[in-house]
Amino acid sequence: MVGSSGRPDETPTTGHEWDGITEFNNPLPRWWLWTFYATVLWAVAYWIAMPAWPLVEGYTRGLLGYSQRAVVAGQVADRDAMQARYVERIAAASLEEIAADPELLSFALAGGRSAYAVNCSQCHGSGAEGAVGYPNLNDDDWLWGGSLEAIAYTIRHGVRNESDESRYSEMPAYGRDGFLEPEQIVAVVRYVLSLSAGGDGPAAGEGADIFAEQCSICHGEDGRGSVDLGAPNLTDAIWLFGGDYESVLAQVQNSRGGVMPAWGERLPPETIKQLAIYVHALGGGT
Amino acid sequence: MNAATAQPPTAEVGRIDVDPVNAAARRPSYAKRAKIFPRAVAGRYRTVKWVALAAILGLYYLLPWLRWDRGPNAADQAVLIDFPGRRFYFFFIEIWPQEVYYITGLLILAALTLFLVTSVAGRVWCGYACPQTVWTDLFMWVERCIEGDRNARIRLDRAPWTGRKLVKRAAKHAAWLLIAVGTGGAWVFYFADAPSLAADLARFDAPLVSYLFIGLLTLTTYLLAGHAREQVCTFMCPWPRIQGAMLDEHSMLVTYRWRRGEPRGSHKRGQSWAGRGDCVDCNTCVAVCPMGIDIRDGNQLECINCALCVDACNHVMDRVGRPRGLIAYDTLTGLADPSGEGRAGWRRLRLLRPRTVLYAASIGLVGAVMLATLLTRGDTATTVLRDRNPLFVQLSDGSFRNGYTVKIQNKRHEARRFRILAEGLPGAVLSTVGGDTGDIAVEPDRLRMLRVYVAAPLAATPGPVTDFEIVAADLATGERYAHATTFRRPE
Repeated sequence: MVGSSGRPDETPTTGHEWDGITEFNNPLPRWWLWTFYATVLWAVAYWIAMPAWPLVEGYTRGLLGYSQRAVVAGQVADRDAMQARYVERIAAASLEEIAADPELLSFALAGGRSAYAVNCSQCHGSGAEGAVGYPNLNDDDWLWGGSLEAIAYTIRHGVRNESDESRYSEMPAYGRDGFLEPEQIVAVVRYVLSLSAGGDGPAAGEGADIFAEQCSICHGEDGRGSVDLGAPNLTDAIWLFGGDYESVLAQVQNSRGGVMPAWGERLPPETIKQLAIYVHALGGGT
Repeated sequence: MNAATAQPPTAEVGRIDVDPVNAAARRPSYAKRAKIFPRAVAGRYRTVKWVALAAILGLYYLLPWLRWDRGPNAADQAVLIDFPGRRFYFFFIEIWPQEVYYITGLLILAALTLFLVTSVAGRVWCGYACPQTVWTDLFMWVERCIEGDRNARIRLDRAPWTGRKLVKRAAKHAAWLLIAVGTGGAWVFYFADAPSLAADLARFDAPLVSYLFIGLLTLTTYLLAGHAREQVCTFMCPWPRIQGAMLDEHSMLVTYRWRRGEPRGSHKRGQSWAGRGDCVDCNTCVAVCPMGIDIRDGNQLECINCALCVDACNHVMDRVGRPRGLIAYDTLTGLADPSGEGRAGWRRLRLLRPRTVLYAASIGLVGAVMLATLLTRGDTATTVLRDRNPLFVQLSDGSFRNGYTVKIQNKRHEARRFRILAEGLPGAVLSTVGGDTGDIAVEPDRLRMLRVYVAAPLAATPGPVTDFEIVAADLATGERYAHATTFRRPE
């Protein structure tokens, strides 16, 4: 259909011509043009009203005084206000009371998970799976006790730090400091491994004698350790620094011990409680 | 048949001075919109359109008020989209967010039905059922009631702003806005309990979002049905473009039978009809067209197939004593075949075509699958997500433990208690945080999420991956809902 294109021949041209090719001068659609003008006006108004132009020192603040930092601070304050009724109840309740109240338990688990991810996961791992030297918090083996109170104390005061109330234990470096001869160390390591090997039971002999003399004060005569002293149970399947011959030998020789900060100095008591609830609920709490 | 046939059979019909302003050939780019003043028309299709309008609007306004008893713990509104509660209620069907695929299925069905109807009978949707058409029709009726028919409206439009014009215009826009508010008002009732929301709205105590949506739909209804009208169909809607692929030469369309009509020309009373077409060029078909086109130009994108021109032309044919159906529903094949001019278009319709068979079969298939899944779906389900960090935990006695997130969906409207079991893992010990795996309470119509730990001795697991099932067993009825998962330990 000729002429139905809506662009009859009399459409004016811009007057520009290149090798016989001319350019139609079709106007922009009105709505488009006015929208464009409106955006230009909007931009100018935005410069005046909102923070816009960088200066040598700082930036233009805008008449509305808008600030993203203030917005974030306001949102944080709003969040705190929303959580306040739970946080207050947690502050007032004992750990057992929190664990028995489904509403508080649910809040504490969520808050504990969040606080754990921020403060604890760097060492203990995002799944609390631990690593060599960093205890796995999912299992049922606890150096300093797995009850709610014990976990809360460990978090609050930490391990082997400068705090007076810190959990503290230190194993002598039997080899490095010359307490035992190399042959004696090998003997006691073989004895310790036999405690948890599940075979014929603890072997008697030189290793047993040295163990009774040197190690049983903390680890107990049967090698089951002591939660009060922070001495690991040597008869179970869990080894903080590895359970093979080389690892146990290295531990008796040099003695390593991890350090944990006293989180009570950094986090509010309600957060410590939520962390204790969360860690206890990871599956190993007693 | 009707009043028209009672008049002398060879009445003379005058020519209406009207331009098909929206016809493609007369609509240059960048031109300002020319107003359309459709003339009132009566007839079979107009009646069908009124009935369809009443049915659709009635359904839209009344549906939220229909009650449906679902027992004490659930909403009693027949059709309700409950966003805060995350439920969709449709009479006896209740859909959870997990089952949103039913909505997808409905949309697929709607699209396929649209395809089928279009390939058989053209743009029936556009002409009779589309909200744009329905509300525009309603607004035009209001306009006609207040300002009069075509000629009166044209005069009023050209008249200077006198008090009379001001009153009429104000009345019209007020009536439009009132309908628009009602439209938006009805919309929000689908999303909350209608009677209580109505009370809240009246007290200005309803949630802000209700007022926002009423305002939004008021605005769009007023603008689209009152002001934009045919421009929505011509410029905004994609369907006129898509339907080109749906129509073929066997689809029923509103068409002008040019073989019979041409050559057109005015006809004086008593003149012979020999050597000329039946079209008396009265332009009535153009005057009644809400889209501002001339159907005699042939099929065109702007035509919504509302068939008002059919009614108008039949009326004229009755008056000049010629057979009806100069403009009628017909197929392109029918139009090309001069032998069948006298027969009604639908008698020549070929229903069985590869296209229609395929569309109908697809509709049947999708519908059957949806119906089957709807009828066989359970009202309770267990789902299990295994922890991946850590994959497993070694316990001090050398056994291993895996963690699982277990979700129990209770879609029944009664509280229930379940026992969680591990099946296929001998010696497994289950525990959960903050509860007892032997007695887990789930509220009516709710989902309960649990952390479940499963510890198993090495002897229970032949390899690093052991398949087993976590089962939730109803303590009262003994019904069991299992979910397969795995237990992992190191090599």
